[in-house]
Amino acid sequence: MSSTTPKSLFWLGARDSTPFIFVAGPFGVLFGVLAAEAGLSIVEVLTFSATVFAGAAQFTALQLMQEEAPTIIVLISALAVNLRVAMYSASLTPYLGAAPMWQRALMAFILVDQSYALSVVKFETEPQLSIRERVIYYFGTSSIITPLWFIATYVGATAGRAIPESWALDFALPIAFIAMIGPMLRTPAHRVAAVVACLASTAAAGMPYNLGLIVAGLLGMIAGAQAELWFERRRAVDR
Amino acid sequence: MRDLGGTWELWVVIAGLAIGSFTFRFLFLGLMGGRALSPWLLRHLRYTAVGIIPALVTPLVIWPSVTEGTTEPARLSTAIVTIVIGVLTKNVIYAILAGATTLAVVLASLG
Repeated sequence: MSSTTPKSLFWLGARDSTPFIFVAGPFGVLFGVLAAEAGLSIVEVLTFSATVFAGAAQFTALQLMQEEAPTIIVLISALAVNLRVAMYSASLTPYLGAAPMWQRALMAFILVDQSYALSVVKFETEPQLSIRERVIYYFGTSSIITPLWFIATYVGATAGRAIPESWALDFALPIAFIAMIGPMLRTPAHRVAAVVACLASTAAAGMPYNLGLIVAGLLGMIAGAQAELWFERRRAVDR
Repeated sequence: MRDLGGTWELWVVIAGLAIGSFTFRFLFLGLMGGRALSPWLLRHLRYTAVGIIPALVTPLVIWPSVTEGTTEPARLSTAIVTIVIGVLTKNVIYAILAGATTLAVVLASLG
């Protein structure tokens, strides 16, 4: 039996999310700064952050729009970066699927890496939690990060207008992207996917309409999936 | 840099991403109930972000926009430091700080 009350579960979720403040906060500020630099108004930046609510996808869209990529390529690439949330949605369904529809819709809207990572670990390690307790914990994990993302974007968009031209902001987005790659390389298969995508993107750089990005991304994805199968088979043989 | 403010393309992208992102998030939790995903699909979903982001950034490092496409030592060394720190620390913010510091120092020392 769980000895924690619903109220304390909410605060526990909020407390567990605090390390992520130091990721979501600076990232939101950076998005606001770069979006303002790209000419977006405060209203445009805030609408972007509040409705899309996905850091890596927002950065991807911003970069590609600046490269004057066709709108359809911008959409496909940014959505592909965000495809992983479909996987999170699938993996949370056994734990949260029995909640009322309005709660599931709201939980889906605020589903990000942080709320997923904290919740899935909690639900796995404490299978005795009721559906109501799970929902409360989930909302707790998002109670700081969700408003923080919005506020940080606003702060960045306001400050962005005051940043001098001399700063080499042309390379801020690439730095942010490269920094995101490091923690993604969790397994050998992830490393294979990244290396194949890098090589393919240089080979396909001449393709029109930024199609090289889509081709290289797909090749990276296929390479990762195939590498995963290969490493699994090799482990099975070794055993 | 191109001014994106007030363009119709920007609003199409915001609306498309808002609808698309919510669809992905809601797809299984809201619509599919407890039905299991095929292992084939899950395996490919795992590698979408790690495929797209390196593919997006590699050309930006090799052919940066400011130099109109000539490889440039400050940005190349910045990229290397950022990825190395990211891999070693597994921390996005440390990697960004290390990269930004490298870029500032190398640009200043090159004059």
